[in-house]
Amino acid sequence: MINWQRKDLLGLQDLTADEIKLILDTAGPMKEILFRPIKKVPVLRGKTIVTMFYEPSTRTRTSFELAGKYLSADTVNLAMSTSSVQKGESLKDTALTIEAMGADILIMRHEATGAPHFMAKTVSSRVINAGDGMHEHPTQALLDMFTIMEKKGSIEGLSVAILGDILHSRVARSNIWGLTKLGAKVKVVGPRTLLPEQFRQLGVETYYSVEEAIKDVDVINVLRLQRERQKKGLLPSMREYSRLYCLTRERLKLAKPDALVLHPGPMNRGIEIASDVADGLQAAIEEQVTNGVAVRMAILYLLMGGNRDEVAA
Amino acid sequence: MKLLLKGGRVIDPANQIDGIMDVLIAEGKIAAVGQSVEAGDAQVYDVSGKVVTPGWIDMHVHLREPGFEGKETIWTGTRAAAAGGVTAVASMPNTPPVADNQSVIRFIRDKAREAGWAKVYPIGAITKGSLGEELAEIGEMQAAGAVAISDDGKPVSNGQMMRLALEYAGMFDLPVISHAEDLKLANEGYMHEGYISTILGFRGIPSVAEEAMVARDLLLAAMTGSRLHIAHVSTAGAGEMIREAKKRGVKVTAEVTPHHLTLTDEAVQSFDTSTKVNPPLRTEEDRQALIKGLMDGTLDVIATDHAPHAREEKEMEFAYAPFGLVGLETLVPLVVDRVINAGHLTWSEAIAKVTCNPAGILGVPGGNLGVGKAADITVIDPEKTAVVRKESFYSMGKNTPFEGWELKGWPVMTVLDGRVVMQEGRLVE
Repeated sequence: MINWQRKDLLGLQDLTADEIKLILDTAGPMKEILFRPIKKVPVLRGKTIVTMFYEPSTRTRTSFELAGKYLSADTVNLAMSTSSVQKGESLKDTALTIEAMGADILIMRHEATGAPHFMAKTVSSRVINAGDGMHEHPTQALLDMFTIMEKKGSIEGLSVAILGDILHSRVARSNIWGLTKLGAKVKVVGPRTLLPEQFRQLGVETYYSVEEAIKDVDVINVLRLQRERQKKGLLPSMREYSRLYCLTRERLKLAKPDALVLHPGPMNRGIEIASDVADGLQAAIEEQVTNGVAVRMAILYLLMGGNRDEVAA
Repeated sequence: MKLLLKGGRVIDPANQIDGIMDVLIAEGKIAAVGQSVEAGDAQVYDVSGKVVTPGWIDMHVHLREPGFEGKETIWTGTRAAAAGGVTAVASMPNTPPVADNQSVIRFIRDKAREAGWAKVYPIGAITKGSLGEELAEIGEMQAAGAVAISDDGKPVSNGQMMRLALEYAGMFDLPVISHAEDLKLANEGYMHEGYISTILGFRGIPSVAEEAMVARDLLLAAMTGSRLHIAHVSTAGAGEMIREAKKRGVKVTAEVTPHHLTLTDEAVQSFDTSTKVNPPLRTEEDRQALIKGLMDGTLDVIATDHAPHAREEKEMEFAYAPFGLVGLETLVPLVVDRVINAGHLTWSEAIAKVTCNPAGILGVPGGNLGVGKAADITVIDPEKTAVVRKESFYSMGKNTPFEGWELKGWPVMTVLDGRVVMQEGRLVE
């Protein structure tokens, strides 16, 4: 496969292994562009990309914006909290308005599951899901997978643990779809109030003990814990969570010696991940950020009809 | 004005009738049912090949008026009923203002009488403002025409209040209709909690949110000896508890909706907000259990929970869209195609669940083709196949999950008090 066939990128659940590989393969040469003295190629010249973030985000929005700029697209960021949404405009009308202004690609983050899917059905512009509710965050999972590929050579056969608040995590869900499609063994671990047993039906192993879960794994992806979880009664205290689930150096020793540590950011140091692990040699957290730009460049490029084998030579 | 419905298969479970017969209607009443009834000066309708039943009664409908006229009105809702082969509906009290006093009950009845498209039996609220704090004036509402009381849409969380409601309503022999939902366990969910909610990342409503409340209300019904009716049963566990309570002699009846008999939570994956309904679409296992409950008599009634919403209210993010779907204009074909033709119930068994059974629970006339009864009749063409098209609905609500479904067995005539109000799916204006 060398061309993208779909209108939108809404999630990894629907993608085939070949489609995922196409994106990851295209991200390689994109990353190379980032290290050139002049970080700009003209492939998306004259194309307009609009980001619509209904939830606060710094890194994902900036990453998409830079990815677009490096490919010479015009990018516009709509701060949804200060726009017509405040005047009560519906998502449908907002979508139709922006489409009428000529956006080629809409990049959308929304707290409600399915909002980008609703948008994709409503407009002819291409839609990229930058995170919808607790559902999917496909570009984060793709950049995690790209980072794993870079460090480990392949995903097939690897053992990957995802640690933390699985229930509320769109990053976990997208990673589970993507990793299992490419042949990794996935273990998810967290407190039972944040890890519904139905996850087993996704073909992953579930653990409540971090020690058991990370034994001999190749990769540990640590999720951010939101402080609101304690207020909702899902956890007794952040302190107890940290004692039971924080990825410490001691715990990391249970994994393979060269195990890779990922975190989608922003981190709560000392809560879900110890500082020395976050800054340690096994962590690739800053590299994930760089790779995020490359992966998003690949997606923008493929969505606008780009061909893997012609990526800017 | 006399009518003769000639040569149809008359199915009247209340009178154990199922046979090819004629029905003579005079002065708005049934004048004769039998073979070769003399037409005299009556206008004759040849209904051979058709099924003639008592007018269908939908005991769970939201007409939205007063207050939500942007969703539906008594006029449009009763027109949808007539178009769908339904001659009587019971209307739920969760309107603004709440139907918690005789004035609102009278308003609903007056409006329905003026409209003249279907009979409307108002259901009153259990508590004032449906706030769950003080009993509504139940005796006065009954005198004004309320046929039951219910907390539909706003469950009575306080067990003591529910006990008092059952005791008090019991004096008037009014059924208490329970929308069984523990709001804390429902946890502001939008769909059934299970595999599908897990992958979609939707907050789920666990089955136990319904079952815990059904258990409480069955215990209270047993304790008080009053009549309890469980609305829209959706889980296997709730059905099982009702079955067991009936065996013990608890005065409980129960209903199931066509959508819980035909759809599961898989449908939510489309993000179609018409699949957002409360109680939520459950699993295939639950669906099968509901069919079993219908067959063994645990579930007495099929009712739609017709819940219209304005287009713009449903055309939005799934999480923010209101619960509910419309059902009046798909009730007959879903029951014929998916319950009768599917082999779950005989015609006579199925017709009982939409005629004499709801009439008996609510204590209202209808559901009966006996001589001298009001001539409310539904004529069904069991061979007619058509596709559900929401844009042709008379209801203002277009929120149906059945759009595009091809179904066999449609209502082709509705007679209300001896007047033909619908023919071939079109209202007789």
